[in-house]
Parts: sequence; C-alpha cells; structure tokens
Amino acid sequence: MGNKQTTFTEEQLEAYQVALHGRYRELAPHLVPLDYTNNPDIRVPLSLIVTMPELKENPFRDRIVETFSEDGQGNMSFNDFVDMFSALCETSPRELKTIYAFKIYDYNRDNFICKEDLQKTLNKLTKGELTPEEVTLVCDKAIEEADLDADNKLSFADFENMISKAPDFLSNFHIRI
Amino acid sequence: MPRKSAAAEEVGIDIDEDVSDSDDGDNRRRANRRQGGGRGGGRGGARGRGRGKKADSDEEEDDEDEAPKGRGRGGNRRRPANKRGAGRNNDDDSEDEAPKKKRGGAANRRKGGKAQESEEDSEAEKGKKGRKGGKKGGKEEDNGKGKKGDAKGKNKGKDKDDDKDKKKKKKKDDSSSDSNSNSDEEEESMSEGEMARLMEEVEEKKKLIANIRNKPWRMKRRLVLLKEAQQFVDKFEGALGKGKGRKWYAYKVMMTKKWIKFQRDFENFRTACIPWERKIKEVESHFGSSVASYFIFLRWMYGMNLVLFGLTFGLVVIPEVLMGLPYGSIPRKTVPRAEQPTAQDYSVLMDFNGYCKYSVLFYGYYNNQRTIGLLKFRLPLSYLLVGIGSFGYSLMLVIRTMAKNADVGGGDGEEGEFTFAWKMFTSWDYLIGNAETADNKYASITTSFKESIVDEQENQKDENIHLRRFLRVLANFMITCSLGGSGYLIYFVVKRSQEFANRTDLSWYEKNELELIMSLLGLVCPPLFETIAELEDYHPRIALKWQLGRIFALFLGNLYTFLFALFDEVNTKLDEEESIKNASIWAMKEYYANYSRLLNDSDSTPPPMDPGDVIRGPCWETAVGIEFVKLTVSDIQVTYLTILIGDFARAVIVRFLNYCWCWDLEAGFPSYGEFDISGNVLGLVFNQGMIWMGAFYAPGLVGINVLRLLSSMYYQCWAVMATNVPHERVFKASKSNNFYMGLLLLILFLSLLPVVYTIMTLPPSFDCGPFSGKAKMFDVIMETIDLDLPAFMGTLFSYAANPGLIIPAVLLMVLAIYYLNSVSEAYQNSNMELKKKMQMARDEEKNRRNNKDSTNQVMKDLEDLMPNRSLSPPAPPEPEKPPEPEAKPTKTKPGSAGKGVNLQKDVTLASPNPNARGPIDRPPGPRGPGPGPRGPGPGAGGGRGRGRGPPPR
Repeated sequence: MGNKQTTFTEEQLEAYQVALHGRYRELAPHLVPLDYTNNPDIRVPLSLIVTMPELKENPFRDRIVETFSEDGQGNMSFNDFVDMFSALCETSPRELKTIYAFKIYDYNRDNFICKEDLQKTLNKLTKGELTPEEVTLVCDKAIEEADLDADNKLSFADFENMISKAPDFLSNFHIRI
Repeated sequence: MPRKSAAAEEVGIDIDEDVSDSDDGDNRRRANRRQGGGRGGGRGGARGRGRGKKADSDEEEDDEDEAPKGRGRGGNRRRPANKRGAGRNNDDDSEDEAPKKKRGGAANRRKGGKAQESEEDSEAEKGKKGRKGGKKGGKEEDNGKGKKGDAKGKNKGKDKDDDKDKKKKKKKDDSSSDSNSNSDEEEESMSEGEMARLMEEVEEKKKLIANIRNKPWRMKRRLVLLKEAQQFVDKFEGALGKGKGRKWYAYKVMMTKKWIKFQRDFENFRTACIPWERKIKEVESHFGSSVASYFIFLRWMYGMNLVLFGLTFGLVVIPEVLMGLPYGSIPRKTVPRAEQPTAQDYSVLMDFNGYCKYSVLFYGYYNNQRTIGLLKFRLPLSYLLVGIGSFGYSLMLVIRTMAKNADVGGGDGEEGEFTFAWKMFTSWDYLIGNAETADNKYASITTSFKESIVDEQENQKDENIHLRRFLRVLANFMITCSLGGSGYLIYFVVKRSQEFANRTDLSWYEKNELELIMSLLGLVCPPLFETIAELEDYHPRIALKWQLGRIFALFLGNLYTFLFALFDEVNTKLDEEESIKNASIWAMKEYYANYSRLLNDSDSTPPPMDPGDVIRGPCWETAVGIEFVKLTVSDIQVTYLTILIGDFARAVIVRFLNYCWCWDLEAGFPSYGEFDISGNVLGLVFNQGMIWMGAFYAPGLVGINVLRLLSSMYYQCWAVMATNVPHERVFKASKSNNFYMGLLLLILFLSLLPVVYTIMTLPPSFDCGPFSGKAKMFDVIMETIDLDLPAFMGTLFSYAANPGLIIPAVLLMVLAIYYLNSVSEAYQNSNMELKKKMQMARDEEKNRRNNKDSTNQVMKDLEDLMPNRSLSPPAPPEPEKPPEPEAKPTKTKPGSAGKGVNLQKDVTLASPNPNARGPIDRPPGPRGPGPGPRGPGPGAGGGRGRGRGPPPR
C-alpha cells in the first residue's frame, strides 16, 4: 500500500526528510521545534537562512531566499525550505528551474527583467568591478540579445527562450545538499 | 471479468472500513451492496489490503474535515451525477465533468515530455510526506503529519491572501471527490468504458504524482494535491490489477540514479586527472583566457615532451645504461687522460665537458656494437629509429591537434547570439560554497565580461577606414623595414665574425660581437614592434598574432646565426677528424708494433691500450649536442632570472617602496609587470625547436626539457599570480591554440631540415657514437635489412625503392592531397552558407516576433493602465485564473468525455508545447505575475515563450 511510485523504502524516506529538517532546524534551533503538532506556523528569517554553507557564497542568496519564501520577505517555513531545495536540486526539470531563475533575477518583482534588474545582477556578479559605462554596455547588449519583443525588457518568454539554449544553465543552477 | 471483480472488491473493502465516512461512505456502501454477490472468495485476501488502508482513509477523513467546503460542494454536485448514472459518459456539459476534464488537461500538461524517472526522487520526497501523514495513524504527530496539518491550517487561515490558491484547491477537491463519486458509480455499472476511464484516471493521477515536483507551486499545495492523487491511486490501482513490477521499476530507477551519480563522480575524477587544471583555471579567472592559453600550450608541450622522453629514455638511454659497456671500458666512454684532472670541476661540468661529455647524455658515449646484452638489443638501429620517430610523432601530434582544434571551430570569440545574457544569467555556479572558489569565480566572471566587452567595443568601433588602412600599411612598412634592417645586421655581423675567426688579436667586443648584437636586437625589437602595432589599432587578439609573427621572423635570424655557426664548427671538426683518424690509426699500429718489438713475441696478443690514452677524433656530434644543451640551459637560466628580476623584484620594489616614494609607484611609472604572452609563447616554441634539433645528438636533452617545462609550469604560475597584473584590455583568446600550433609546426619543420641533412649527408665520426665506422648514419638500416630480415624482404625493399614505383606513388599522393583539399574547400563553403542561412533565419524570426509583439504591445500598454498594478496582496488572485482559459481549449478539443480521455492524451502527446508552457502561467510567488497584462497573458505569454510551433493566437 502507500504510494508505490516512490522508489524509497519507508526508512530511507524518513531519513531523508529528517535530514532536511535537521538542516532546517539547525539554522535556528530556538525557533524550530522538533514537534510540529502544536505550533504550525514557524518561519526562519532570511538572515539565518543565508548562513547555510550552500548559500552563503552565492551573490544571489538573498534573492533566492526571498523568492522561495511565501511572504516574499525571506521568512521561510519548512515547506518553503523544502521547496527551495527541490527546485534547485539536480534532477528538477529545466522548466521549473527557469521559472525560479526568472523570479530570482527579477529584483523588483514586476515580472519583467528590466535594466535595473540586470544592473543589480551584474554588479552582484562582478562585485561592482566594472565601470558604469561597461555596466550599461553589458546590460544593453544583454537585452538586445534576448529581447524578442523589443520592449527593452525581458519577459519570461524572452528569458525562457534565452535560457533554453544556454549550455550550462542546468549544470550551474543547482545546489547539492 | 476478473479485473472488474477485483476492482469491486477493492472499493467494497474501502467502504467497509469507511463506514464512518460522511456522505462518501453512503455512495460507496451502496456500491458495496450491489456487488455483494460478485465479490466472493477474493475478499479475504483483499481485506488485508483494505485494512492496511484503514489508517489511510482515517487520515483522509481528517483532511476532509479540514477542508469541509470542498467536500460539501463535492457532495452537492455528486447528487446530479448520481442521477445521471451509467450512460452518461457522453454528456459533456455536466458540471462535474468539466473539472474532471480540466484535471485531465492538467495532468496531461504536467507530462511535459520529461523523463519521469529523473523526477522520481523528489516525488518520493514529497510522497513520503504525504504518505507519512496518511499512513502512520498513530505516529503522525511527527513532521510529515504536523506539516500537513500546518499547511492546511494555514491554507484556511490565510484565506485572504491565499484565496487564489484556495480556489484552485477547492476546484481540485471538487474534481477529486467528483471522480471518487464517478468511480463509485462506475463500480455500480462497471461497464468496459468505465473501467477504461478509471484506469485513465489512475494513470493521470500517477502522472500527477510523478510530475508534481515540476510544478511551480507552493509546497503545501503540492502536498495537498499529491496526497489526493495518491489516495486515489491507492484506492483504485489495485482494483485495476496494476501494482505489479513495482520492485523492478524501483530497482530500475534506483540504478538510473546510481548511474547518474557514478557518471558525475567519474567526470569529476577525470577532471581531477587533468594536470594543473585548477592552476590554469585560477590564472584564467584572474588574467583572462589569453594568458591561460599560454599555460594550456605549455601543458600540451609538456605532454608531448613526456612522450618523447619516454621514447628516448626507454629505447635508447636505459638499454645503454643497463646492457651497454660500462664507463671506462672503451675510449669513447672514458675521459681522455689530458682532461682527467679537471673533469670533475664544477665549471667544467657546467659547460657539459668532463664527465658530462662522456656520459650517456650525449651521442658520443654510445657504442657501435650491433647488438647489446642478452636480449640482443640493436642499439644503433634503435637510436636512429627513435631519432626519426620523435620527429614523426611530433609532426603527427601537432597536425592532429591542429585539425582537432580547427574542428572545435576556430570561431574567434564569436559565440552565438546570447553572449552577454548567458554570461549574466548562467555563469554563476550555484554549487560554489567555498569562499576562495567564490572569489575566483567572481574574478573569472568579471574577466570574461571584460573580454566580451572588449570584443563588443571592437565591433562597435567604426571610424575613418581609409585612415586606418593607411596606418596599417604604414605600420607594416615600418616593421618590414626594421625586420629587414635587423636581418641585414645579423648577416653582416656573422660575416664579420667569420673574418674574426682567423685572427687572434681580438678585443672583448669583437669576440662577443655576435651575441651582443643578437641580444640587443631581441631586447629592442619586440617593444618597438609593439609600439608600431599601436598604429594599426587591431583587436588585441589579432594584434597578438601579428606580434607573434613578427617576433618569430626576428628570432628566425637568431636561429640562422646559430645554425650557421654550428655548421661552421661541424665542418672544421670534420676536416680535423680526417687527420686525427689517420693519426689515431697510426698510433694504434705503433703501439702494437712497439709492444711486439719490446716483447719480441709477435704471436701474443697485446693488452689493449688504456682507453684514456687513445687518440680521439673531435666527435662533432657530441659537440653539436653540447652546444644545444648549453643553449637550452642558458635559456632556462635567462628566462627564470628575467622572471625573478623583471617581475618579482619589480613587484617587490613597487609594492614596498611605494610607502616612501614621491609618486605612486603602483599606478605610475614602473607599476607591476604584465604577463608577456608573445614573448613567452615564442620562447617556448623556439626552445622546443632546440630540443628537436638537439635531441638526436644529446638524448639527455629531452629529459632536461621535461624538467624545465615541469618547473616552469609551477614557477610561472606562481610568478603570474604573485607579481603580475592583468592586461589593461583583457581579451579572449581564440578557442583554438592553432596559431601557436602553426608556429610550432613551422619550427618543427625548420628543425627537421638540419637534422635530416646531417643524418643523410654527413659522415658520422669514426670513433664515437652508435654509427661509427659507417659511411652514413642510415647505413644501419641497410645493415638490418640485409642481416636480420629474411632475404625476400631485402628484395621487397629494393623494389620499393625503385624510382618506377616511387614516382607513381608520389603522384598518387599529390592527387589525393589535391582531391582532399578541394573537398574540404567545398565543405567550408557549404558551412559558410549554412551559417549565413542560420543567421538569416534567426533574424527573420526575431523580426517576426517583433512585429507580432509590437501589435501586442498596444494591448499590453492598455492593460498596464488598468488598476491593480500594485505588487502586493491584491495580486495573488490573478494568477489563479490563467489556468482556466488555458485549460479549456485543451478540454474542448477532444470533445466528449468517455473517449475524450484517450483523445486528449493523444493530442497532448502530439504537441507537447502547451504542456511545458503550463508552468509559466502560475508563477510561484505570492504576488501575482503582474496584474492586468497577465490576464489574457498566460496563453499569450506561453505562446511567445514556446512560440515557434503553434501560434496560440
């Protein structure tokens, strides 16, 4: 009985989940209880989540956490937490990753990646080592390359079209936990 | 119909256990009763199953309690459905049919053409949660259950900002309860069609389970859906006789995952096996691919030299050491008596005289014994073959590498359409968790951006083309002049030095004139060329190639003088040898004569002369070998010292004197050094030329070279990282190192000439080396053919050497070359043609889209003007809607329900695009995907995203 589509034994599953929850809990032992029966609404704030070794070197860590948190402020419940790692895990499909990548890079959450978003991305990627002219050049070029509908910003469709041809998006956009 | 009865049992049992169930139970019980008779004996077995499920259904109950709204509605709706009864598969207007179909659509969408196995694990992850809640009646206080309850509770509690989610869920609930009821009815009638439909549903649910992770939903929603689907499947799967082969499936999936993991590990292992990969990557991340290309070239060179080293040492040096006569046994292996007192002096050894000269490192040490040792190793033959084989191997390797690099696509920096966008969005590796690696990655990303920026600026540059052309011609003219000038200077100085050779009263300057001039030229010309090249204003990558070519031409002068001097020396030695040979033979005879005269016994064989006393020839081969070794060693010294002083000392001074200096040393005049790519590459290339030329006369040279390359890899890597600064304009190296390879090939050819010339024409020394006593070196091959191979081979070779055979063969080869050449040209043309076509197609597509979207733009603007533009709470409801308009078309297409399920499936299989597009519509965030524009957007947005196929509007 039970769901037979899974390929794990009961124990494995439990171990898996417990492991993930362990990771979650160790971020904030005082906040996260082991027993979930009574206080269901637990959130770990962004400042704690980004201290995970998997995230702490990532220039987009704040954005990642914000994107996956339900309230958009980076306070993550365990569900969000699981969400995050399942979307970023190696086997999650390209479409899903594309969606989340788009959300991550969409800083102002207007569902378009506009120049300001690109500039922020670029400055995070290069630690602000490019001159403003170079930044402008790069952003203009990036939009020019990927923008298919000539509205000077990247919609999701543009983004998806561009990402789907990128050779190392899949290999780079994942986290092993 | 065994299937049917099984299904009935399953359901029935469920009902038995579910008596307490609210209104669901009622229906089911009815079904149960109806089928009472048919169930029969299988019941006992099924019961176990059913019992196991009990906890499950209890859990279900909980859920239902928590979402009473959904249930209630489901119940309401169910009544009409019941009324309709069995024959209703063809009604398509019914209320509950719709959600069901929708669900079907959703499930189909979910399929997405993805490989299911790969997703299995996360499904499992989620599944476990669902299951845990469901299964462990008692223990469900733990995470899984708690979470679920949590999720549900939240769901309800936060109705306000989650109502979109809610709505969706409700719908789902409806549909699932509907399907439950439907299936109940089906049990009642249990016609073939219903069975099929049930199966279909189970399949859909399964698909949902398998693909649920692909949906950009919040976890709790996924959990809810997943649980429902699982329960459904649990309930009916057994009924439909499925559920076999699970183990095999699980095993397969597990093995797939293991295999993937193994592949990854293997890949890592392979990368770890590439020597210095990390070092080079580090250099590349800070200095750009152009500097890294030098190190890659160096590494390649090291690999090639290792093989040469293996050949030489394995087939020549080591056999000689192991099986040959030991030192001091024969004259050629002994230091002459006159030299013995100083033979161990450091200065002598550093000049590779004394013991060094009479060692296994040099040609002269080898004996001309035809076979040595027990194995009858034919050393002379092996010596010659290794000499030739080294060249053959190098040639083959260089050419093969060039061909392979050309295959990679010598696309100079041009990388397709999304250079910047890709760099921007896909260059960060999310796996990086190490601060140092992250720093390197930042550096490398910055560098690569700079590289692309340089390329881009170069593309955008457009000014007076006539001026540019004029300047380029001018620059080339000037450089040609200075090259010609230095060429003449070299020629002149060489001539003068020949004059000087006959005189003895030379001043210090006159003695060293040649070297001085040469090093002066080497010092002055490269910077001069670089300055002149500024005029040309090429892209730095192309400028580097020109610079390389020009300095190469200059260095050829070096080579020329060196070879000239060498051949002079060889010729004098050959003259000298002639006389010494006679003297030596005469001395030997005299020694024997004296011996027999002193003893008065002509019969007794005299003891051999002490090997140190024998008169020797000059052995020009060893002299040449020493010359090359000396040159190589001094080259190493100069290179290393230059780095130490020119880079390291300078960096130290700049760094520490800067505290107490009147101007800013770091930013101002001396600054830090840049890595001199052209100089280093040429140094490497010419050094390799020396090795190729010298290796025949000094087998040890290859070993020295291997050490040199090895040490310089570490040394230069360190020096670059520690003392140099990146170039002002970091530029991307062309992907293939083919220009370097071309230079190498040229040098290889040039160094092949003198060696072959000496092998084929000059007589070997009479008293040293493996070929002594033969008229020509290659006689050793003739000898082998005559003595060791069967007679017919000799005749075969003589036939093969017949001009009548060789000329046609050469002709044939020329023809083949011509043919292949023209073929490759044709391919190149068609390649270009295709590239052009691709470019055109891309442009066209872009245009088309632009047009389409420009019309759309108006609409979008309009929508933008609509209210609800805020980012926060009000937005959420919006995204909920999209699924409907999208789902409907899929729904309506297949037409009626009963068969429709299958049809639907086919349709979606045929055009997977819409499925994959699904996710777009439901962005995971709490805020809606932009309010108005998205309303109709989902279809539209998806259309654009996938757009190439079916235009959705």
